[in-house]
Amino acid sequence: MSVARISWISGPVLRARAQGPFRLREAVRVGERGLLGEVIRMQGDDIVAQVYEDTTGLRPGVEVRGSGALLGVMLGPALLGRIFDGLLRPLAGTATHYVEPGMRTEASLEFSFRPRMRPGEHAKGGAVLGEVVNAAGIQQLCLIPPDAEGEVTTILAAGRYGDDAPLCSLRTADGASRAVAMRHFWPVREPRPIAEWLPSDEPLITGQRVLDSIFPVALGGKAAIPGGFGTGKTMLLEALAKSCSADVIVYVGCGERGNEMAGVLDEFPRLADPRSGRPLMERTVIIANTSNMPVAAREASIYSAITVAEYFRDQGLHVALLADSTSRWAEALREVSVRFGELPSEGGYPPYLSSRIAEFYERAAKVRTLAGSTGSVTVLASISPPSGDFSEPVTSHTKRQVRSFWALDVKRAQARFYPAIHPLQSYSEDALDLAAWWGKVYADLAPDADVPANEWSEEWTKLRRRFLTLLDEQARLERMARIIGKDALPARQQLILFCAELVNEGFLRQSAFSATDRYCGPQRQARMMRSITRFIAAAEAALAKGISCEAIAAMQIVRRLERMGEDIAEDDAQAFADLSLSMESEFSDLVALTGAKREA
Amino acid sequence: MRPRLLVTGAATRIDGPLLFMRRTLNVGLNHAVSVQGGDGKIRLGRIAALDDEFLTIELLEASAGLALADTVVSFYLEPLHFGLSPGILGRVFDGVGRVLDGGPPVAIHHNFRIDGLPLNPVARARPHDFIETGISAVDLMNSLVRGQKLPIFSGGGLPHDRLAVQIANHARLRGAESRDFAIVFAGIGVPHASADYFRRSFEASGVLERAALFLNLASDSSTQRLLTPRFALTAAEYLAFVEGKHVLVILTDMTNYCEALREVSGAKGDVPGRKGFPGYLYSDLATLYERAGCVHGLPGTLTQLSILTMPSDDIGHPIPDLTGYITEGQIVLSRELDRAGIYPPIGVLPSLSRLMKDGIGRGSTHADHPSLSSQLYAAYARAIQARVLASVVGEEGLLDIDRKYLAFGTSFEQDLVQQTAARTLEDSMAIGWGLLRGLPISELARLTDAQIAQYIET
Ligand SMILES: Nc1ncnc2c1ncn2[C@@H]1O[C@H](COP(=O)(O)OP(=O)(O)OP(=O)(O)O)[C@@H](O)[C@H]1O
Ligand SMILES: [Mg+2]
Repeated sequence: MSVARISWISGPVLRARAQGPFRLREAVRVGERGLLGEVIRMQGDDIVAQVYEDTTGLRPGVEVRGSGALLGVMLGPALLGRIFDGLLRPLAGTATHYVEPGMRTEASLEFSFRPRMRPGEHAKGGAVLGEVVNAAGIQQLCLIPPDAEGEVTTILAAGRYGDDAPLCSLRTADGASRAVAMRHFWPVREPRPIAEWLPSDEPLITGQRVLDSIFPVALGGKAAIPGGFGTGKTMLLEALAKSCSADVIVYVGCGERGNEMAGVLDEFPRLADPRSGRPLMERTVIIANTSNMPVAAREASIYSAITVAEYFRDQGLHVALLADSTSRWAEALREVSVRFGELPSEGGYPPYLSSRIAEFYERAAKVRTLAGSTGSVTVLASISPPSGDFSEPVTSHTKRQVRSFWALDVKRAQARFYPAIHPLQSYSEDALDLAAWWGKVYADLAPDADVPANEWSEEWTKLRRRFLTLLDEQARLERMARIIGKDALPARQQLILFCAELVNEGFLRQSAFSATDRYCGPQRQARMMRSITRFIAAAEAALAKGISCEAIAAMQIVRRLERMGEDIAEDDAQAFADLSLSMESEFSDLVALTGAKREA
Repeated sequence: MRPRLLVTGAATRIDGPLLFMRRTLNVGLNHAVSVQGGDGKIRLGRIAALDDEFLTIELLEASAGLALADTVVSFYLEPLHFGLSPGILGRVFDGVGRVLDGGPPVAIHHNFRIDGLPLNPVARARPHDFIETGISAVDLMNSLVRGQKLPIFSGGGLPHDRLAVQIANHARLRGAESRDFAIVFAGIGVPHASADYFRRSFEASGVLERAALFLNLASDSSTQRLLTPRFALTAAEYLAFVEGKHVLVILTDMTNYCEALREVSGAKGDVPGRKGFPGYLYSDLATLYERAGCVHGLPGTLTQLSILTMPSDDIGHPIPDLTGYITEGQIVLSRELDRAGIYPPIGVLPSLSRLMKDGIGRGSTHADHPSLSSQLYAAYARAIQARVLASVVGEEGLLDIDRKYLAFGTSFEQDLVQQTAARTLEDSMAIGWGLLRGLPISELARLTDAQIAQYIET
């Protein structure tokens, strides 16, 4: 491999005189401790590299060794259930409490293997070589690396092997032989190949009402969560990690707090996956580059994470990549770019910020894998805009790439109204594609007597639109009330304000701390949406019969509706039926009583 | 730390805090230096960049008075370290860890690098021990836990010092008499009077012998301010993770720290970002604030209570904004409440404690604590909305229910936020329930039927 010697160093960036060929984006090792770095520029005989670890003590003359390969990671069965740094080196089991520079990649781990190929078979890149089972009993597939192809000449029988041991040997087209192990190397900045993109007509179910029912995201979709500090980005991502319908969760803490990572590590092994009942940690990979860890590695961590996500996707799995926060990634990009004197553009960010953001989100997709199965990577990423102002570059560039935009609102967060997603600033472009899926959920429920059968499949679309219109009207009326006073609004408009508040309190608000409400499945969401809609219709009818807004607001049922998220359990269809009955009888009593009063 | 190598007359250029010199020695990046001018003064610095011929020293103290010819640079061949032992308690240091109280030098048992290494997230234990501060707006609404970093966002002229002292003096675990606590105080560019207020208050409450004070006064070098919190935090980490103490660190005023960073970065020619602060302000602050927490298997903890004054009371200013993105919440002081004569003037809505959820509720404080605080938040937010509306259209323009909220808001501030003596959490909770009784039950959607039966309908 080539060698270079440092001629200049400052912070995480160095320049070195090369004594042999280097490639752009090649991984390098610096100095005695072998600090990991990456070539980011070439100038004549000089290379410029960024170093992913603390550079204290480096000096001119120190050796920089090329690795011959681009910056990349080892992908294999050892990833699930563990925590890694931004370059996918394990964080557990280090000698001290601190992250010391110069950590090395780990030794090999053993797994049991069962082949699915035979000698003589032709193996294409991405094909399934065999099955691997880890200590927790989880089965994963072992793939031929996407960049390999050839005839299987030998393959080991079922047994326990190290993840770096050659399992099989391929004779490639040019007659060379290539060994394949359980794990393989892949450069992080290069998307893993697929057979084809697939349209997505199925949602990633998150268990959050405001997301699934109002601003849904498709499997293979992309969603951004912008919000000022303390508005609930991390809590929302953690809630998704706990209960979303993906098979594998890749959680990357990029430039955020150490305690949050510790929290996930503390909680996930003890919590059960709501669908499989297994510990959540078993389906999770955590990548942590906290805010006090070296900046340059923050930039790489996002790529490591999406590469890991693609690796599981290639096994035919649905993967959710949760990234907190992409602003820190962009800032790391800016910091390194400034160090070697690039001309800054908007907000000090390098001019290629927008194309980097685009490239990243482009890796989210639902696909047919090289092995012919269906897999997806859904990207859900937070943004931390300075002063919570969404017009800044990272938010505005991201907005052009994502299809779901979940804007967090400071006002709601301050009132401890969670999730603090602002219903008027958020949107979902996937909603249209998912209407049919949701239509089926509604149709499969005991059909609503008030809805004609041929409209069941439209019900969700209608209710959703109704809720959004109501919230929009609320904003308009509140502006008006600020001029003329609330009491001057006509009764009909006061009822709109009241019903919109009911949608907020009874449907959009969802407590992450309530055992019942932290997850809300599609059917319960549908039942809740129906209950509220039924109330609104009844209230409008009552108003038309001359019943006052105050009388409606004072109804017992209102409190029941506002608390149904916490009070009615996931599968308790009976409770919703009862709710509906009490609603009817309370309304008819109210109408009767008012009629009687009027007569008297 | 003892300098190992001395070089005289190699300096070629001095530019603000940067000293350029010929590289005659084989030294490494970030290694410490001390620079002595013809005036005899010693200034600390570090090596910021190196190439084949030259090296750049970033001076961490004022460069005024230096000359090219007679400047002596001593190289330590390692990064800046701080020598520590239990003897630091009860002592006063300057901003770079030199004894200032006229007493004997401190014995050195350990030498720690002042800019520490990042704590491995795997080694962190989740903080969850509730600390009672005696202040309702904190204990009930924004609970502090051991190992948390919870800054006070204040403004010029607001009583943040008094509040910090009160918390430091009162903070205790419920039901436990803790003797293993220590206080580390770092005055960063603070006026003498303010530093003295802290010292006297600690003396009066008898905790001075458990405190280590680091003072960089307003009159001291501003570049030195970049080092003061690092020396203080190194001392705190030592006390917490080697000596096993529960350490409360008060860093004040972080705004001065950030101003110093801006000054130095400007002089270095860094590309200025928002309001002239360098783009790396976030990462730089993180290397300070993240030095808090609990570690698996170690008895001590490190809790940070930093104070910062928000320029023009603007919470969107880069200093509070970036701080809020790193710390685990914030206590925001409100000028409006202060003007209304309410002490402590804690603006409850913009305040937040993120670790509260891990420290309260069944098994730690009280099973109904989370619901109570959540309901109080919801109601107070409605009250503020009603108040805004009333200020535009007048109280007559409100609905009945909004008028009830107006009254709730006033009592919330006067009866709960305002206090003259410390309260137990039970007292604070009782006041909270009392306030909620002033609202119709239909408004209390965040309380369960059982809670309503037990606390509201009595
Ligand atoms: N869904 C929720 N349910 C209950 N509480 C919540 C919820 N979301 C947020 N919170 C509260 O708000 C606090 C802040 O949330 P979080 O840490 O997620 O904010 P953030 O947007 O990630 O902030 P930052 O940008 O500073 O990291 C939490 O500690 C918690 O107390
Ligand atoms: Mg966060």
